[in-house]
Amino acid sequence: MALTETGPLALPSGDGAGSPRPLGVFARPRTTHGWRSWVTTVDHKKIGIMYGATALFFFLVGGMEALLIRLQLATPNGKLLSADLYNQVFTMHGTTMVFLVVMPLGAGFMNYLVPLQIGARDVAFPRLNAFGFWCFLAGGLVLNSSWLLGHAPDGGWFMYAPNSGVQFSPTHGIDFWNMGLLFTGIASLTGAINLITTVLNMRAPGMSMFKMPVFTWMTLVTQFLLLFAIPVLTAAQFLLMFDRLFGAKFFDVSAGADPLLWENLFWIFGHPEVYIMILPAFGLVSEILPVFSRKPIFGYPFMVFSGIAIGVMGWGVWAHHMFASGIGPYSVAAFSMSTMLIAVPTGIKVFNWIATMWGGQVRFKAPMLYAIGMVAMFTVGGLSGVTHAVSPADTQQTDTYYIVAHFHYVLFGGALFVFVGGFYYYWPKVFGYFLSDAGGKLNFWILFVGFNMTFGPMHILGLRGQPRRVYTYRSNYGYEFWNMVSTIGAIIIGISFLVLMANIAIGYARAKRLSAGGPLTAPPDPWDARSLEWLTANPTPVHNFDRVPTIRFGLDELFYRKYREDEGGRLVRVATAEEVVEKGDRTDVHLPSPSYWPIVVAFGLPFVGWGLIYNLWLALVGGAVVVLGIFGWALEPSVDDEGGPLHPDHGQPPTTGESGAAEAPVEQEAALVD
Amino acid sequence: MTDATLAEGPVVVAPGDYDDDHPVTNTGLSNNKLAMWVFLASECLLFGGLISTYLLYKDNNISGGPLPRQIYDIPFTSISSFVLLTSSLTMVLAVSAIARGEERRGRTWLATTAGLGMVFISGQVYEFQTFVREGMGFTTNAASSAFFTLTGFHGVHVTMGIIMLVSLVVLSLRGRLGVERAETVEIVGLYWHFVDVVWILIFTVVYLIP
Ligand SMILES: [Cu+2]
Repeated sequence: MALTETGPLALPSGDGAGSPRPLGVFARPRTTHGWRSWVTTVDHKKIGIMYGATALFFFLVGGMEALLIRLQLATPNGKLLSADLYNQVFTMHGTTMVFLVVMPLGAGFMNYLVPLQIGARDVAFPRLNAFGFWCFLAGGLVLNSSWLLGHAPDGGWFMYAPNSGVQFSPTHGIDFWNMGLLFTGIASLTGAINLITTVLNMRAPGMSMFKMPVFTWMTLVTQFLLLFAIPVLTAAQFLLMFDRLFGAKFFDVSAGADPLLWENLFWIFGHPEVYIMILPAFGLVSEILPVFSRKPIFGYPFMVFSGIAIGVMGWGVWAHHMFASGIGPYSVAAFSMSTMLIAVPTGIKVFNWIATMWGGQVRFKAPMLYAIGMVAMFTVGGLSGVTHAVSPADTQQTDTYYIVAHFHYVLFGGALFVFVGGFYYYWPKVFGYFLSDAGGKLNFWILFVGFNMTFGPMHILGLRGQPRRVYTYRSNYGYEFWNMVSTIGAIIIGISFLVLMANIAIGYARAKRLSAGGPLTAPPDPWDARSLEWLTANPTPVHNFDRVPTIRFGLDELFYRKYREDEGGRLVRVATAEEVVEKGDRTDVHLPSPSYWPIVVAFGLPFVGWGLIYNLWLALVGGAVVVLGIFGWALEPSVDDEGGPLHPDHGQPPTTGESGAAEAPVEQEAALVD
Repeated sequence: MTDATLAEGPVVVAPGDYDDDHPVTNTGLSNNKLAMWVFLASECLLFGGLISTYLLYKDNNISGGPLPRQIYDIPFTSISSFVLLTSSLTMVLAVSAIARGEERRGRTWLATTAGLGMVFISGQVYEFQTFVREGMGFTTNAASSAFFTLTGFHGVHVTMGIIMLVSLVVLSLRGRLGVERAETVEIVGLYWHFVDVVWILIFTVVYLIP
């Protein structure tokens, strides 16, 4: 948070005679290949890829934790994990999947696609974008370092205080949770500022707000939710940190603290967080369904306004997580009502997706299967969600596996299904080769079966009363059979992700063989797509568009550059993909230059975190790195005029205006820091 | 943000060949300024959470010690609040001086603003010390924890503002704060006014409401 405040130090870059060694520390990075190009990149596409790859890594970690949980619960009186270890594993599973998998996967797609969908060359603040990614990585590492440094957090992903106080959780686990999520919070906040500015300010000529693709709209709503939800969690986390590390009295019940304070703050963040995770998936499915149905999205304004409605109403339902906490009958009644109401805009979306497919020429390619699977699975999860709005039923279901079943149908069946579908859909766009369609379908059906075997039975277990977050259960309660089914299902899910990995590896090997050592390139517009991202070559060239597009046909711009309606209203092809799609061969576009500073600043953060836990001197060193990094950042020109990734042309760079862009003569400036 | 501003924002078409695409924004606001507004919107929720916490705990000294309202010195804090509010005025004068290209005058006002901010922070440090001496430390009771956290967060924000102002003064001393940087000064001003407005809220909630 502090870091974005350097924004005002930003000076519009002036006459700029760039120095190769800002502050005499680093040579300006110039590489476009190899690991160095990734570490210093400010390209929204590379950053998107890094978000995706890192999220997949953490998915592996979180998935292992899930399998441990399922193996422990496969039979009664499981002996694999102790109660203490089980608490750590389910806490880390939940935290990892929410903050290090689903959110960054969404961030990856948003980073990659939003500039392309609005016809921009990059986001508004490319270095801030890179900084956000490194903060996210730093947060994930600090959180997971708890495994190596003694004890992982064990209070559940919601971390209810006072249960998460020092008295009940004396190890440092929860401090790691606090630090890690404060850092990922910085990533979310900077990302929100960046993408909101980008969408509001940097649309191509002719693209008004209501010509934006649904995915871009859902991104905008998501980022506003992040903008307002993250600071509430940040405030709560500071209170908890002050309690745990410095002896404050916010959650000390013996000092008269209110145990509902944390619950309220957390769920004011936590319910919008649910939509933060699902809305990018809503957007993605709204891109895939029209393409493979060969129809425009049904009811575009309804899609947009229901998304906005969800974003607004999402702030008035948080206490449905607290029906069992004694908040009083009037609050319960009010939040029951609002929770039933918020199902309406979500229902509108589901009907619009179905109507989009209705009467279309549906092609059952792999991405389409995931999209349809998502609509079905999300509907199941949505319906069980509405049952929670009925507070008497909810009081019965609270803290049972019924809840676990519900949110896995929504977040796994909803969000993750589409993200995997998005991989199959956008892989040629991003990497220039295809994942096998047959392999994708195999992957889908294994995942679909495994998913329903794992989480379907949890409805039954929950209604029979099996409590969640308990490390074992006794025999003869009627839990054995369905728990075993669920564990087998979890293993099948694991297999489906091995299929995905194999698909990626095989596809890459085949593409390498076919290209005979040359660069990998996929044919233009392989899916007969509709929106602007496919106007660029595959893979997307570093400068995105050869010419910034002008929007002439509105929504589905690309499609109507290829097709016209004849007198009978039938679609007639007027141009081939090769004619419409750009070649991506321009080499004179002036782009924002790579920079070391984002990773340098983010590198200091984990030391601040570990330092606050162990030794304040370490925090001081980390803090010094952060502060010096910010000054280096502020004094570095955002565009290196002596050469960038491409040959510079005249004048101003197209999409900079970067935060912290200082004017050039840097040797003079060095005195500021020295 | 109303739908009206989101809907059909003016589509600015760059003149001539779009390949020259010089940055012209859709809203007419520069990216930097828009980003500052967006950031400040987020800050409202951070202070919202902290102010709510204070309101919840302001009368809670179950674990002993005095409450903030039993020991604070309203005339003293009123004066330091007045100092901070005056700094908003000098900030406005600085922005308008830079916008007119009067760099020297602008520098003077910027320095004055930073100085007033420092006076405010010194007052806060003095107040905190007095409270601790009178037996109300950070960990004394729930009310004191909430008080120090809320006002402390605000103090940190003022301090960051001072750092930005001093950086501007240093730039100006190097003759690099001409009229072309007026917007930068304006953006720092936005931040500074926001911090002041938040203080009006905190002053009312903490010191004036019984
Ligand atoms: Cu909720």
